[in-house]
Amino acid sequence: MIDTADTAGSKAPAPASRGPVLDRRSLTRLTVIVVLLLLALFALPPLMSAYYTDTMTQVAIYSIVTLGLGLLVGRVGLYSLGQLAVLTIGAWVGARLLFATSQPYILVLIEAGLVTMIIGSLITLPALRLRGLYLALITLMLAGAVEVILATLNFPNGGGGFSGYNGSLLHIPQIRRPSFAGTDPAFYRFSVVVAIVMFLLVFAHLRTRPGRAWAALRQSEPSALAAGINTTFYKLWAMALAAFVTGVAGALLAGADRELFSIDFPIQNSIELLAVVLMGGAFALSGAVIAAFLQSFLPALLQNWGVPNDWLIILFGVGVMQVLATAPGGIADQFPKDMKRLYRLISRLWTRPPAVAAGSAGAASAAGSAAGSAAGSSAGSAGKGGGTA
Amino acid sequence: MIEVKDLSVKYGGVTSLDGMNLRFEEGVCGLIGPNGAGKTTFFNVLSGFVRPASGGVTAFGDDLLRMAHYRRARWGIRRTFQTEQAISDLTVYDNVAMIHSKLRGSARKADILQSIEFVGGGISPWAKVGSLTAGQRRLVEVARTVAGKPRLILLDEPAAGLPEGETSHLTGVIKNIPPHTGALTILVDHDMALVSAVCETTAVLDFGKLIASGPTAQVLRDEHVMRAYLGTAEVV
Repeated sequence: MIDTADTAGSKAPAPASRGPVLDRRSLTRLTVIVVLLLLALFALPPLMSAYYTDTMTQVAIYSIVTLGLGLLVGRVGLYSLGQLAVLTIGAWVGARLLFATSQPYILVLIEAGLVTMIIGSLITLPALRLRGLYLALITLMLAGAVEVILATLNFPNGGGGFSGYNGSLLHIPQIRRPSFAGTDPAFYRFSVVVAIVMFLLVFAHLRTRPGRAWAALRQSEPSALAAGINTTFYKLWAMALAAFVTGVAGALLAGADRELFSIDFPIQNSIELLAVVLMGGAFALSGAVIAAFLQSFLPALLQNWGVPNDWLIILFGVGVMQVLATAPGGIADQFPKDMKRLYRLISRLWTRPPAVAAGSAGAASAAGSAAGSAAGSSAGSAGKGGGTA
Repeated sequence: MIEVKDLSVKYGGVTSLDGMNLRFEEGVCGLIGPNGAGKTTFFNVLSGFVRPASGGVTAFGDDLLRMAHYRRARWGIRRTFQTEQAISDLTVYDNVAMIHSKLRGSARKADILQSIEFVGGGISPWAKVGSLTAGQRRLVEVARTVAGKPRLILLDEPAAGLPEGETSHLTGVIKNIPPHTGALTILVDHDMALVSAVCETTAVLDFGKLIASGPTAQVLRDEHVMRAYLGTAEVV
């Protein structure tokens, strides 16, 4: 807070009557985001192996899922464990439409989003009166129900009928991709662009009336009601928006994986999803991207290094505890703070020596001797330890 | 103009408002009474948070109790809370813009900025509410009540916990609300200096019943009121 005031005061004194102008800080942030996106879109694809292209496509897709869950958790305070089920609904609808029709892929994305939005809103409608743990439990149960249905229905694989599944197919046709994004690197770029559009959609919501309503809802429901905010409607709106973007992500996933199996969406991943969203940071949009990296990139990286996947679960457990105990804003909030602290520390070390040039040599030698004595004492204790052993 | 007829509110076996009758005409009107007298319950009935057991409330010719709670803001009811409820994640502007009103577009924007200017206190519309002092946050809440053509403003202990300097600033602001907005303003507070400074008329609640009402100075001297506040040593 104080930092904002400082930069605004010293660099760009914004006239209070004109409106919120872009200050230097948000301008830098915007530049960083644009540069990172350009890197992701143009510099990265030629450098990546097939394995990492695949992984980064998953990151782009899952960033939309974590975006939706982050919206619910961070902005509205609705803890949903059903987002993975919503994703599977989107993937199912997307795959079904891609097999059954020859509509353009982008149209299918939107349709899958809309269908998922309707289904997702309908099944969460009764849950809207609940909050906190109870909402989490109900949504987890709904996710379980979806998993059971999916296990019997199966994902479409080019068969006929409503389910589009044919168990006796010998040659399973792949789910089609858009003509302009047939190859893996092209589909990766396409996924990033879709993710950008989804982030902009949510950003536009946050900056306008629904964003205000959600912020009010999260802090104080009475205050929101007194301001004339129809709390049920806006909660439903948040659920619907989250379901829409997640549905789009599902249809995108259908094209990315080309073959979908219900065992790829185990229900425990719902909990993992909430964990990464909390760790990444539910209160910032950048937290959704970090969460997607934790969800999709980290396991791929560990697998590549030959580290067993169980370590990841332990890491996530520790990470969530850390978030709950010390850094409620997650990595998105904590990392810049830590970097700022580090920068201050380094700049202090950098600026000091010329001012106290004479003293620094002495200080350095003192530090050296201190280090020496510390090393000596530790060596001594080690020696002692060795002696007693 | 607001008229309350035989209003009763029961929480289980507890009667919080017991056949309350009240009529406020215009300007700033005080509503005082000891703790638990039913003042906040009365506000909650007007906001639609509490459904009364019986009775009716008419404001400017409309039956308030028949309106859904979230529609009442658009009709023109505004309120603040005993514990300040400005939304700390939003800017001052967005906090005031939260109010659902009939205004649209540039008229709405001008109205919001004017409301922030009206409460003073040197608050920038683009500052995050989380960075403001307690007194400024109270003023943001008051700014929210005067935005969007209000008709009935309910202030629930707006000066609670404020230092003297800020209370006197708030006194001036509250005094100016009726001339600025034309809204009937009802003030609940325990600060008798504030109440007598801004309220022309005052009503006194005790155990859910109206025990006195009239010009403020007269009401504060009333024997029943003194007894309600200070207690008595009656021997039956």
